[in-house]
Amino acid sequence: MLEKLESIEREALAALAAAADTGALEQWRVKHLGRSSVLAAALSDLGTLPKDLRPVAGKRGNEVKQALETAYAARAEALRQAELERAMTLGAVDVTLPGRPVARGRLHPHTQVFRMLFKAFAEMGFQIYRSRDVETDDYNFGFLNMPPHHPARDQWDTFHTQTPGVILRTHTSPGQIHAMREYSRNGTAPEPIRVILPGMCYRYEQVTARADMQFLQMEGLAVGRNIRLSDLKGTLSEFARRLFGAQVRTRFRADHFPFTEPSAEMDVECFVCGGQGCPVCKQSGWLEILGCGMVHPTVLEHGGYDPRVFSGFAFGMGPQRIFMLMHKINDIRYFLQNDLRFLEQF
Amino acid sequence: MKVPLSWLKDFVDVVLSPEEIAYKLTFGGLEVEEIEYIGWPRPENAARGQHAQWRQEFKTYGLSWDPAKIVVAQILEVLPHPNADRLTLLRLDDGSGQEQTVLTGAPNLFPYKGQGSLPQPLKVAYAREGSVLYDGHKPGRELMTLKRAKIRGVESYSMVCSEKELGISDEHEGILLLDEDAPVGQPLADYMGDVVYTVKTNPNMARNINIYGVAREIAALTGQALRPLPQAVRADGPAITGQVTIEIRSPELNPRFVAALIKGVTIAPSPYRVQRRLRLAGIRPINNIVDATNYAMLEVGQPLHAFDYDVLTRRAGGAPRLITRLPAPGETLTTLDGVERKLDDFTILVCDPAGALSIGGVMGGAESEVSDQTVNVLLEGAAWEFINIRKTSQSQKLHSEAGYRFARGIHPAMAVRGVTRGIELMRQWGGGTVAQGLVDEYPRPAPTVTVTITPAEVERLLGVALPAAEIVRMLEALEFKCEVTSDRSLITVTTPDHRLDIGQGVVGQADLIEEIARIYGYERIPETLLVDALPPQRRNLALELEELTRDLLVDAGLQEVQSYNLTTPDKERRVLPPSGPADDRPYVTVVNPITPERAHLRHSVLASVLEIAALNTRLQDRLALFEIGLVFLPGEGGDDGQPAGLPDERRRLAVALTGARQPLAWQGADRAPLDFFDLKGVVETLLQGLHLEAVAFAPTTHPSLLPGRTAELQVNGQVAGWLGELHPLVREQFDLPAQPVLVADLDLEVLLAQAAQRELFPAVPVPEYPPVKEDLAVIVADEVPAAQVHALIARAGGALVAQVTLFDVYRGDQIGAGKKSLAFSLTYQAPDRTLTDADVAKVRGRIVKKLQDDLSATLRG
Repeated sequence: MLEKLESIEREALAALAAAADTGALEQWRVKHLGRSSVLAAALSDLGTLPKDLRPVAGKRGNEVKQALETAYAARAEALRQAELERAMTLGAVDVTLPGRPVARGRLHPHTQVFRMLFKAFAEMGFQIYRSRDVETDDYNFGFLNMPPHHPARDQWDTFHTQTPGVILRTHTSPGQIHAMREYSRNGTAPEPIRVILPGMCYRYEQVTARADMQFLQMEGLAVGRNIRLSDLKGTLSEFARRLFGAQVRTRFRADHFPFTEPSAEMDVECFVCGGQGCPVCKQSGWLEILGCGMVHPTVLEHGGYDPRVFSGFAFGMGPQRIFMLMHKINDIRYFLQNDLRFLEQF
Repeated sequence: MKVPLSWLKDFVDVVLSPEEIAYKLTFGGLEVEEIEYIGWPRPENAARGQHAQWRQEFKTYGLSWDPAKIVVAQILEVLPHPNADRLTLLRLDDGSGQEQTVLTGAPNLFPYKGQGSLPQPLKVAYAREGSVLYDGHKPGRELMTLKRAKIRGVESYSMVCSEKELGISDEHEGILLLDEDAPVGQPLADYMGDVVYTVKTNPNMARNINIYGVAREIAALTGQALRPLPQAVRADGPAITGQVTIEIRSPELNPRFVAALIKGVTIAPSPYRVQRRLRLAGIRPINNIVDATNYAMLEVGQPLHAFDYDVLTRRAGGAPRLITRLPAPGETLTTLDGVERKLDDFTILVCDPAGALSIGGVMGGAESEVSDQTVNVLLEGAAWEFINIRKTSQSQKLHSEAGYRFARGIHPAMAVRGVTRGIELMRQWGGGTVAQGLVDEYPRPAPTVTVTITPAEVERLLGVALPAAEIVRMLEALEFKCEVTSDRSLITVTTPDHRLDIGQGVVGQADLIEEIARIYGYERIPETLLVDALPPQRRNLALELEELTRDLLVDAGLQEVQSYNLTTPDKERRVLPPSGPADDRPYVTVVNPITPERAHLRHSVLASVLEIAALNTRLQDRLALFEIGLVFLPGEGGDDGQPAGLPDERRRLAVALTGARQPLAWQGADRAPLDFFDLKGVVETLLQGLHLEAVAFAPTTHPSLLPGRTAELQVNGQVAGWLGELHPLVREQFDLPAQPVLVADLDLEVLLAQAAQRELFPAVPVPEYPPVKEDLAVIVADEVPAAQVHALIARAGGALVAQVTLFDVYRGDQIGAGKKSLAFSLTYQAPDRTLTDADVAKVRGRIVKKLQDDLSATLRG
């Protein structure tokens, strides 16, 4: 009997090793571990053995059954792994094939650069105030301390319309007057102001890589009872750090604008080369970013603010220029040409 | 304006390097645009050292003269060349102790040829072998190195230089002859090396469009003393009184007129150093008399005009009588540039009884100008009202050095200073005798401007506390006169009489505070953060919703574009088919366009987007574009009581889709052309994103669109625009390819006003109980709109029908002609329980009955 069990085990294990797939394995299981297997028959034959032989044979019979079951489980796991591996290999793709294109949309660079600026100033409490594109001569020049025929007007070449005194705004500065008049109209005391004024401007100018007849501008205006040139420097340096990094340095040069006094130009350290000198900053290490100054008393008066009580600062920048510097774009005409080969890069 | 550093040194000690001076000027508001080095080493040529930090700050150019090789020398004798008539040999002393032989073809030495040793040696700029110079024979400025060579049998190893070769000017007619006192052997760079700044002068800086003004700024910015302007005149002639009279008829335009007289001058070239300064400053030397007027103008800032006194005398038939007046109707004048000019009624003229002589403050007349025969000169220095000069220059398109300065405002006090300086220079350079005194008509004296300012006010605006003494020191450096009260709280400041830019009262205070900030230095003012109260915060909902619209459309896969707002009616007319009605609303028209292509403010954003689509369609087979922008329509006027004539500026949204539904891909892309429902899906996405309710797409017609594929968008009963497939004739007018182009043109003001109402839309709770889903296929007559069936199902189903989605439309044999099958997916949902089959059956029964009753619909088996 014991010999018979030994031979059952030997043959079964040999057959198991030969089972090459799950089908053969199942056949093996039915044949060697099923109800009608040789082993099952042998085990049921145990009862026919003499009583003294039964315990030894019974123990050995169970051992054989366990050995076959363990071997079966190991073999089943090995085959499953092999088959999984085969299946996974069969599913291999050429990962260098391109992905399916997603037809995504994009914001125009104008919107992108405006949002970048809006965000930086919103964090400092500046809110967005917009005003009209077609303006009166008074709002564009007169109220901004440039009476008719004033030589300062030479700096702004103007598109005139068929209606005398109606022009296309040459800068967003008329918005300063609109904002001040709105904020000073309500109630008894004029409100303090902290706004940015984004918009399209127009200049009678030959279109070149550096200048377009229609372009973006963004101004800022802060008016209150205690606003100083030092606040202007601090606020705009803070803006530069928010936009270009905490390390970036700024510097202020005296300049002249009719609607501010004192006036300044702000340079930021070139964010391309870190001030070392590169083609973007024309080797100077600095980039001219914006003009600014303390609001001229005449402008405050036109806005409804008493310059003896109120003071303010204003600044203006070309968002396109900032965007061009950041992405090394050398032609401003790209913005309004709307060639998708340009737009889709951003 | 070009400013030679050597000239500045006449008036101020320069204690900083040329680059540091440029830096000080730039930060003080006189921007140095470039620095030209005349012989002096440029910073990048210099060894590392003090200049290193300024190396890159300014645009620089120029030639540096090697001090060991390029020196002052003297020609002792001019000898003929043995083999060439057009060349000479020079016997030259270069201070080295060894006489040199130099070969030259300079024509200005020919007169000395073969005359033996020169009694008065000629001082020249001498370049030794190896010198780097500009090539005088090539156009422009091209460097060359002086090499040893044999020319017609004579060895040449050095040369005498022209101005062009040294980079002083483009003069190459002959060699440069220096003044007699030039020290032989001295490096030329030490003798006449220089630096020329190109300074940008802002419109408020009329006082600085001259050497003395810039010197004053440098003195103030560097803490040096300013030397006084030379005003001494040697006047040996009889008094000017009676030799000329002046009559001013429009004192408001000509507040002052000053004249001086010199007799017996000899017209000749100016001394070399004078010519050189003028050239460095960008002015061509003419002769000693004209040069004196220009030199004095450059130095003092007062434009002057020299008349030939004898011409005036001849015209007057006696002592000249000058009259300044406005022109008679139709009066003309031929100016120095040879142009006969029609005069505006505001053009102020300098005349005599015989007629007009010059346009006051802008340009002289041809007849009375100084010529080679002139012997007696009347020198004019006047004050003109600056706005009138600017108008005149613009109207006559006449731009002169004088007009440029006068148009920015020159103080009348400068007239005397300019004339005094100019007449003395004429005497020094042209000989002759100056008549004693001036004729000075000054009917409208400029008021003396006095402003009071307090240290507190300075601190209020600058954010830095400055004691009164420091304020006074800075203002006095700019020649303001200051008086301080004993408690040092108040400073009374009197404006010097060389500037007109300081206003009265609060404006004058701001003007002074700017001067204080400039001289104190912007870089020394601290950086502070706003301590002023944060203003009441207000939302800008119009912008927020506009930005949301952009985001929604980008999420829907559309590319944003932005166009010129300037266009032409012809370009816009293309959005309508040629035969149909035209847009007859008037345009805002630019009367001075840069190009006729951009002369009108647009009425249609859609036209702009279609133009952009056409531009890109050759490069891309799928376009999905949108633009949010303004249209400019005849309107009621602006805000804040602005006058009529201002257009109504409205925001519109235009969308254009065309081409394949999906981009080209290697597998499985849907390349069918985009159609109406792609567009409608985009618009629906937008409407849902704005949470709009009561939205309807009503079938309609529009001249730009295909009949039968056109819908009007209504929101809450308001028309918000239209959408559909572009009319083929419109498509052709834009040169778009023959494929469907889907467009929407929406009034963003209407849409966003509705969206503003829906900002606080209530959210629907997420149901706690499971939904029941089933499909319902309904057969109706073909002409019944899908939206009607959809609405009926939703209404009949009532509260328990949570969602109705159309997922199939079928027409064909199975259901017969004239009919269509619409298959809907229905979601039943109760908020408070799980629905049973019986619940659903009841609702379904209600829907089916309603469909049968109202639309004679049947269910598809």
